[in-house]
Amino acid sequence: MRRTGRLSEYVTQAFTYLALLVFSLGMLVPFFWMVSSSLKPNYDVFQFPPVWIPHPLQWGNYPRALTFVPFLRFFINTGIIAGAVLIGTLVSNTLIAYAFARLEAKGRNVLFYLVLSTMMLPYAVTMVPQYAIFSRLHWVNTFSPLIVPSYFGNPFFIFLLRQFFMGIPKEMEDAAALDGAGVFATIWRVILPMSWPAMVTVCIFSIQGTWNDFLGPLLYLNKESLFTVQLGLQYFTGQYTGGWNLLMAASTVILAPILVLFYFGQRLFIRGIVVGGLKE
Amino acid sequence: MASLHPAASQAQPRRKRMSLAAQRQRLFYWLISPWIFGFLAFVLGPMVFSAYLSLTRWNLLNRPVFIGLGNYQAMFKDPLFWQSLKVTTIYALVSVPLTMAFGLFLAVLLNQRVRGLSMFRTIFYLPSVISGVAVAEVFMWVFNPQFGVLNVFLSYLGIHGPGWISSPTWALPALILMSLFGVGGPMIIFLAGLQNVPPALLEAASLDGASNWRRFWTVVIPLLTPTILFNLVLSIINQFQVFTQAYVMTQGGPLNATLFYVYYLFENAFQYLNFGYAAAMAWILFFIVLGLTMIVLASSGRWVFYQGGE
Repeated sequence: MRRTGRLSEYVTQAFTYLALLVFSLGMLVPFFWMVSSSLKPNYDVFQFPPVWIPHPLQWGNYPRALTFVPFLRFFINTGIIAGAVLIGTLVSNTLIAYAFARLEAKGRNVLFYLVLSTMMLPYAVTMVPQYAIFSRLHWVNTFSPLIVPSYFGNPFFIFLLRQFFMGIPKEMEDAAALDGAGVFATIWRVILPMSWPAMVTVCIFSIQGTWNDFLGPLLYLNKESLFTVQLGLQYFTGQYTGGWNLLMAASTVILAPILVLFYFGQRLFIRGIVVGGLKE
Repeated sequence: MASLHPAASQAQPRRKRMSLAAQRQRLFYWLISPWIFGFLAFVLGPMVFSAYLSLTRWNLLNRPVFIGLGNYQAMFKDPLFWQSLKVTTIYALVSVPLTMAFGLFLAVLLNQRVRGLSMFRTIFYLPSVISGVAVAEVFMWVFNPQFGVLNVFLSYLGIHGPGWISSPTWALPALILMSLFGVGGPMIIFLAGLQNVPPALLEAASLDGASNWRRFWTVVIPLLTPTILFNLVLSIINQFQVFTQAYVMTQGGPLNATLFYVYYLFENAFQYLNFGYAAAMAWILFFIVLGLTMIVLASSGRWVFYQGGE
């Protein structure tokens, strides 16, 4: 009995590791393929059987790809939008979430359900009328349609921050209130220092959202000088007919920042996702 | 404010307490006022506007022409509308359960106290955080019929791979396969759920002589059902919004095999300038999502519970 138990344990273990290895490889192969293709000379890209590790590594593909269309401009544009969105996101959602977490008021619960319900509203539902409104405001070919809405709260971030604020002991705030601190001082001195993991999580998701957004810029930006990285890559694909190696070089450069951001941030925000995903 | 006046004539302390509560209430509304404005300006206002637009023919430049339910009638007879609904539904109904099951499977594997847990978790999680044009480009190259890495692997196994995104039969399966790279999202949530299963429950089941397999189905899964149900419905809603893959990789083709709902809506609005028709499609999408949300709410009694009350 004991021995069969141990044997089956070994079999389970072996199966577990085998499966994990196979699936990890499956996940990694497309990205390895991307990086490998990005370093190949053109004649190596269309080889069968494929060259896995190109020799020599053609690093020159990167500068060639990034200067074929003005990618530096696209990075700067994306950075400007991401920065402006980040400020709006942090300020508006902190205040709104604090109100929902701490201040009793008539209609608070109803409003909170309204906030949550907008989380499920697809962008496509409001896309057409929003475009009509923003184009009437002459906001097409400006960054405003991509930035301004972030200053008015985002349901996911409100929910995430509210959950986090509710876990902060009230006594800490009472002490600050006794010292005569107003609500903004309390948020600044008590709430923010205690909720930096949640704040960093919000920052990471906010930057990710701006960086990955394609449909928004596609609708509102149609001048090359205003393109974001996603739009720029799409533009590059249309302009450049040379081959997959430069395209993969550009893709690598566009994916890398988000991968790095999440690689270093994951310990913090995995908790954030779990709070958001499990508890309601 | 009116409700404060009776209190004003009463004893001093009571008045003070009332006004403190009223102050807090006013502060609440001040603090959330940006959200209220945003809700009216970017959600409710546009939706009311779009309800009107859906009853018109409009190209954005001229005055909208009122045509009653014309757009909805046209939609009902539009084979491409039904195709887009079919494509999106198949995609959501296959890719969501598949991704969730795969995510649960990986979470169970990682929950076996494996070595290198954080490395594996990172490998599975990171692909789920990237999206957009770059990912679409990478997978176009992966799916390339002659030189893509997928068909290269299949050829090692002696299989002559299909044309993937250039084949009307295989384009949608290819995009479903691609969606599996988002498995990290559900996996992380399941992993946390598994780690929250009280060990005492598992021990009790063991003492009763339950096998691992049985314990998984009778103890673990029931505890996870709240998470599963919630994520299932939310992911289906998300999958109804697929756009970038259709725009970048297939342009809805070949032969409309990947004509996703939002892509077709986008085409109607911004390529054919049928803003009225697109608005009507947006409202139908809203009702689909509302229906799905109702399913969540109807079942909410089973999944909403806070550990500490509330």
